[in-house]
Amino acid sequence: MSENPIQNTSAQRPGENYFGAVLAVAWKDLAAELRSRELLSAMLIFALLVILIFNFSLQLDRTTRESVTAGVLWVTFAFAGTLGLNRSMAIEKDRGCLDGLLLAPVDRSAIYFGKAISNLAFMLIVEVIVLPVYFILYNPRNFFNPGFLGIILLGSIGYVAVGTLLSTMAVQTRTRDVLLPILLFPLVIPVLVSAVQASMGFLSGQPFEEILPWLNLLLVYDVIFVAAAFMAFDYVVEE
Amino acid sequence: MSTQPRALIVLNVASVALLAAAYYASLVYAPLEAVMGQVQRVFYFHVATAWVGMIGFVIAAVAGIVYLWKKDLKWDSVSLAAVEISLVFFFIAIVLGSIWARPIWGTWWTWEPRLTTAAILQMIYMAYLLLRQGIEDPEKRARFGAIYTLLGGISVPVTFISIRIFRSIHPVVIGAGGAEAQGSFSMAPTMVQVMLFSIFAFSVIFVTLFWHRLRLGSLESRVEQLKLKVMQ
Amino acid sequence: MIVVKKLVKRFGLKTVLRGLDFAVEKGEFVALLGPNGAGKTTFLRILASLSRPSLGMVSIAGYALPAQSAAVRRRLGVVSHMPLLYGDLTAEENLQFYGRMYNLPELPARVDEVLEMVGLSARRRDLVRTFSRGMQQRLAIGRAVLHDPEVILFDEPYTGLDQDASEMLDGVLRRVAAEGRTVVMTSHDLARAGELASRFDILSRGVITASASQASLGKGNLLDFYKQALGA
Repeated sequence: MSENPIQNTSAQRPGENYFGAVLAVAWKDLAAELRSRELLSAMLIFALLVILIFNFSLQLDRTTRESVTAGVLWVTFAFAGTLGLNRSMAIEKDRGCLDGLLLAPVDRSAIYFGKAISNLAFMLIVEVIVLPVYFILYNPRNFFNPGFLGIILLGSIGYVAVGTLLSTMAVQTRTRDVLLPILLFPLVIPVLVSAVQASMGFLSGQPFEEILPWLNLLLVYDVIFVAAAFMAFDYVVEE
Repeated sequence: MSTQPRALIVLNVASVALLAAAYYASLVYAPLEAVMGQVQRVFYFHVATAWVGMIGFVIAAVAGIVYLWKKDLKWDSVSLAAVEISLVFFFIAIVLGSIWARPIWGTWWTWEPRLTTAAILQMIYMAYLLLRQGIEDPEKRARFGAIYTLLGGISVPVTFISIRIFRSIHPVVIGAGGAEAQGSFSMAPTMVQVMLFSIFAFSVIFVTLFWHRLRLGSLESRVEQLKLKVMQ
Repeated sequence: MIVVKKLVKRFGLKTVLRGLDFAVEKGEFVALLGPNGAGKTTFLRILASLSRPSLGMVSIAGYALPAQSAAVRRRLGVVSHMPLLYGDLTAEENLQFYGRMYNLPELPARVDEVLEMVGLSARRRDLVRTFSRGMQQRLAIGRAVLHDPEVILFDEPYTGLDQDASEMLDGVLRRVAAEGRTVVMTSHDLARAGELASRFDILSRGVITASASQASLGKGNLLDFYKQALGA
């Protein structure tokens, strides 16, 4: 072909900066969200409503609370999480921005990790606000111990790892708004079971050996699903 | 082309015959279990349908991987056919299990690891069907379906393990701790024979249905093709 | 610059592109014209590396698609009828973000330059959601030329623009093309395409059915040429 002269300019083209791209995607999500606060306020209000509903439906008195605190919190996070995941991906899809991201000369997984980081950040922000509120309302024991907070982080990572991948799929379907929780919940049952159990363990002051299997399970799940999503993401965005 | 191939007709007949034979074997030929009585006879079909259901899900996941690799839509129809048939058999297995559990464990349902995992597996594959429904482009549908069966395939064992841990350190309310122990029995040689025969019979039935479903799929796409031709 | 041979794109059973051949020299401005459903957008998405060809060869700037898509993407700018911009970021931030995705050196200077070029320097700190459609489209062009691509693809860039905005866009488009870039544009607006392009290709039923240069056609004969090409 006669395009050889072009190769000269090509040599000067900047290469790929994988981590730069990951951070750029996460940064623009956070910057946009800190300005509009649409997604965070929706997640937050929803989370508080869920707790309110639990309060009346489970009658969270002192004795009930002891046993259900972990469950109530995780259900709240999971529900609020789908709201955020859906919205975060819909923003990309609606104005064609997903195409814009895919046009960039970086590996597609950089987009996945960028989105996953911002989704995780949104979830953690909501958790950071919901936990003190819950504490003020119900005064549970052992609430702010590092083990419990660590479990919340690990559980959120697993949840977001799968959720980001599935929301990318769901947003490309006709039934997108209803589909995400249906796709997501059966797959994150291990996260929810182990996070609830481990959280309960820390809250009720169980010995560490009894919590350890749950901690291991969470770690294994996180590693497996981050890896699986990393490999699968390409297939989810290609055409 | 549009009539059934000879081998499939043979399979049709064989399936019906084997099903009848399996009924006879499990309801009449197999000896009466001493402790549990007649209800134990449900066990043969329960194991066989569960077996076939599991095989179907494995086929679906494997066909999903092959699809992602080869990008041939044929593998997608294999995946879909396997999931559809397995859903039915798995459902039968769960119902039969419930019928058996009622007198033996004293409850229709218990959150025992295998049972719970089976139920979650059903949910995953129902979600799979819903996912497919929402996508028009057949290639995208196949791709997303394959990814989802794959993720399901990874998560189901983890789910099983998590529920297992859950049970082992969690006090059980219903059915006592020995739900697994309770209702276990040592099988007489004839019982083993009947069980293996039932598994064989249902495997043949599965193959027959599978073949029919694949044939239906390819006929469907031929109809689509002809429609497109007419439209042009 | 762009070479496409025997390109086929299928969506399941539907074949959208049927052995399309297409070539563009460096610096040409080609308008792809054709009725709705002819496959223009599909074709452009394949050139943009957003969609994979089912069969055939595509190469841009000497790099093959989809094998060397990263190299192609570095040399390619795309403007579609969707702005591909984030409403909750300012004009400046949008460009900064995309600049970081392309790993551009001296980004702030480049962003200034591009904002100047598309005439949005004064609104650089305003949120894109407050922009009119025309301004968004100009910023979208800025986004597309940010990394100084050799090839630019426009997919119906005039969709939804009023008269004034279209004229503004004309100016920007001309400037983009004047910098020696290779441009491919789809449009149903024959008048606009006639003003801008140096060559007209008609895409119909998934193949290029006719091609004529601005010079050979002469002013004002585009409509006749278009009708003739489609009538045949």
